[in-house]
Amino acid sequence: MNRRDFVGLTGLGATALLLPGLPGFGAQRVDPSRLLEPGADTILKKRLADAALNAAKSAGASYADVRIGRSLNQYVFTREKQVQNIVSTESYGVGIRVLVNGCWGFASTSVVTEASLAATARLAADIAKADRLVMKEPVQLAPQQGYGEVSWRTPIQQSAFEVPVKQKADLLLAANAAALDAGASYINSALFQVNEQKYFASTDGSYIDQDVHRLWPTFNATAVDTKTGKFRSREALSAPVGLGYEYLTPSANEQVYGPQGTDTVGYKLRYDILADAALAGKQAKAKLGMRSVTPGKYDLVLDPGHLGLTIHESVGHPTELDRVLGYEANFAGTSFATLEWKAKNLPYGSPQVNIVADKLQPGAVGTVGYDDEGVKTKEWDIIRAGKLVDYQKIRDQAHIVGQKASDGCCYAQSWEDVQFQRMANISLRPGPAKMSPDEMISKVDKGIYIAGAGSFSIDQQRFNFQFGGQLFFAIEKGKITEPLEDVAYQANTQEFWGACQGSCDQSDYRLFGTFFDGKGQPAQVSSVSHGSATTRFNAVNVINTARKV
Amino acid sequence: MAILSQTEAQDILKKVIGFSTADECDATLNGSLEGNVRSARNSISTAGAVDNVSLAVTSYFGKRSGTATCNQFDDATLRRCVQRAEEIARLAPESPEYMPLLGPQTYQSSPLSFAASTAGITPDYRASQMAASMQYCDSKKLSSAGFLNDQAGFVAKRNSKGLEAYQRTTNLDFSITVRTLDGLGSGYAATDFTDIKNFDAARLTAVAASKASSSVGAKAIEPGKYTVILEPNALVSGSDASLLAALMRSFDARAADEGRSFLSKKGGGNRKGEKLFDERVTIYSDPTNAEVPDLTFSGDGRPQQRTTWIEKGVVKNLYSSRYWAQKSGIPDLPSPGGFIMEGGTQSTADLIKSTAKGILVTRLWYIRPVDPQTLLFTGLTRDGTFYIENGAIKFPVKNFRFNESPIIMLNNLEAIGRPVRLAGNLVPPLKIRDFTFTSLSDAV
Repeated sequence: MNRRDFVGLTGLGATALLLPGLPGFGAQRVDPSRLLEPGADTILKKRLADAALNAAKSAGASYADVRIGRSLNQYVFTREKQVQNIVSTESYGVGIRVLVNGCWGFASTSVVTEASLAATARLAADIAKADRLVMKEPVQLAPQQGYGEVSWRTPIQQSAFEVPVKQKADLLLAANAAALDAGASYINSALFQVNEQKYFASTDGSYIDQDVHRLWPTFNATAVDTKTGKFRSREALSAPVGLGYEYLTPSANEQVYGPQGTDTVGYKLRYDILADAALAGKQAKAKLGMRSVTPGKYDLVLDPGHLGLTIHESVGHPTELDRVLGYEANFAGTSFATLEWKAKNLPYGSPQVNIVADKLQPGAVGTVGYDDEGVKTKEWDIIRAGKLVDYQKIRDQAHIVGQKASDGCCYAQSWEDVQFQRMANISLRPGPAKMSPDEMISKVDKGIYIAGAGSFSIDQQRFNFQFGGQLFFAIEKGKITEPLEDVAYQANTQEFWGACQGSCDQSDYRLFGTFFDGKGQPAQVSSVSHGSATTRFNAVNVINTARKV
Repeated sequence: MAILSQTEAQDILKKVIGFSTADECDATLNGSLEGNVRSARNSISTAGAVDNVSLAVTSYFGKRSGTATCNQFDDATLRRCVQRAEEIARLAPESPEYMPLLGPQTYQSSPLSFAASTAGITPDYRASQMAASMQYCDSKKLSSAGFLNDQAGFVAKRNSKGLEAYQRTTNLDFSITVRTLDGLGSGYAATDFTDIKNFDAARLTAVAASKASSSVGAKAIEPGKYTVILEPNALVSGSDASLLAALMRSFDARAADEGRSFLSKKGGGNRKGEKLFDERVTIYSDPTNAEVPDLTFSGDGRPQQRTTWIEKGVVKNLYSSRYWAQKSGIPDLPSPGGFIMEGGTQSTADLIKSTAKGILVTRLWYIRPVDPQTLLFTGLTRDGTFYIENGAIKFPVKNFRFNESPIIMLNNLEAIGRPVRLAGNLVPPLKIRDFTFTSLSDAV
């Protein structure tokens, strides 16, 4: 299933980023019980990996890595009172990357035998040799120690795959009922469960076994007024998370109430889908009668479930070094934050802006122990007091910026795809002083509070962007006054972050995330989270998106 | 083993159906061999090959169904796969939207969907095409980033009601972005083929290079409503959302009948039969079209046939699931793989000559829905945006953000050019009046 199929099946999708990544037509679907089978053990994987590495070296590789991958996914789709589909997929195979005379070659196969892996390694070497004549910049790999035999697992309390399918379907159906009872005309809901079993081995001497889990419950509730022909939707305020099924166990401690007058609830590491669905049904219906926004300049107060997407697009992507260098020029674009731009020490934002890259953050969907070229992950600063201080890098880029090590940002969406640079969890540090969203709003004279991620678009160098949201509320003289619709804001990245007036404190901090961040050719998706607290931006241009057809 | 013949594939599927003890059984076999080369900074960045085959089996007991798969094809594995599907089917809830499997179908022949030339592509071929592209840019002192991807594949279906289908496909996609070394100019070109006999990466690179050189020194002009000439790359895309593809994906009958589509009618029902677009707009699909051959069967086994979606501006058909078609008594039409928009004989150059004042748009980017009620989308121009005056390009302009709906766009139609193949569709360049640009972008 690709993203388009997913959107078609579920009616969801406005907050999913970019591109497809799940298995397509005729995908390898399996029965749910098989998802609990352990798969090949590490002894067998090591033997297979060594067969590939030895074949690669014999074929002339100066470096090689092998990824034996088993991806397990289960998706439960429902609409209104019925289960639409329960899809269990399994994908098992091996991707082999080799470096021959300074050229990369990659090949993958679903036939997992020592002979097949050796042949696939030789094919990868042949591809590298074919490209040697047109290679101008030989690859330089940052040195990487071998870790020997190590392992890592997402710290989950309960694997979603161990929960009976009926229990999961019943939960979604209960959420649907809650939304319908509260005023929705229709609702589509879905539960995504992902388990990546990844075994990595390289000629550096690493044999890394990882067990990665992710979960995403979501829905889209729609209210229809048949008399006027108007329809409005409100999507779930959940986030994709690097957690187990415990995410779906509500906890009052993990709820964050929105500002007075908004009737919104945000969620940290536990999510109450029933409460959120009921609220969504009510709010979708209320959207049918809201006032259309008057365009102009407003101070924006953005909740973390909204701001995460803005961070993703305007900071996460432009600070990926491959974009800065031009490797994405044909597809996802380049970046305004070039090496020359950074050398001038130009401000990225106001001094209140401190942004961190983090592959270790608990609960985040981009969190792993090691990346897909055998680098142990870490946390590091990207923007400090409004100044860009570093990029996100992988092994073959570090030397370009005078560094000697990768940041551990290499990832492939499956065994059959080549690994390349992907975004770390990129988050805005919360403000140092105690401040609630209500206190922040009390100081705004004319503004708009926005909750939840909606429409999103940014140019190929990450200057000009436009974002919508799920819920919008007018702020007048320090108070929320009424809900609004047809709101989108347009800004330039540097001006926007330069207008940042500060964030609420850690108690308001929570994660936004995506399963579908697209990049690369062939296009791949990756999962990434973005944390922040509610944050204020002054004098941002708001447009009215209402049109007549 | 990725490209199985019809006999090889159906032999496996016959075994699968033979192992079934369910009321109904459906099996699909799918495989492909794929190769690619990616370049940036006038050098190869990655290159790869993928070989994969999979079998999916769906079993039915009454209104209950279950699906399992495998990717090994010995008898024991196939038998286990069928048994697993049946175990899930026995445990699954009944579906109120269950539809019996289709019986034997007649599919049109589409031999042009597969070309031996494309299936025979080697790593050396890919490298040589990319080399020619990069050498052109080297000679012009320009920097390029490109992508070449080729695929040969097959899909085979069989079910216990006697349905049988098989088709092979090939495809090659190539796209190239050329930038000036100072980063102030950028141009783009893209193409795709079923048969690579006419593919020439260097020729296409020259188009992108010309745009890159010409786009240096872009001037800022005020955003607002402009007459635009949208080249085919600005209307459809193989790598991003696109205005025309988004329009065609919104022709779902159920969404329209349920009141959550621009095709919903006030008071209930849908707008099939209404004239919603300029009368020069005719869009259809045809899997046997020689220029854009496609699969002649859908994922659930329904035949894909020539279908008119918009005729002279009137909505003629909506696609739907088999369940919704039966429930609402409408034609049982699957959604198409690609579409064909009828056009005229004018080239993009001809459209420019007939334009007093306007803007030429090479490509649109990051197109996202803003309002599903009006099918409003936002996005940006990219890789070659030029001001036209008195029938000629006068100067490059800075990129714009647009907020526009393809419904409005296809009502503000000034002229339609000659269709070309892009991303498996046939799309003409369009001249549109009052296209809404809402802000400027500094991006090059």
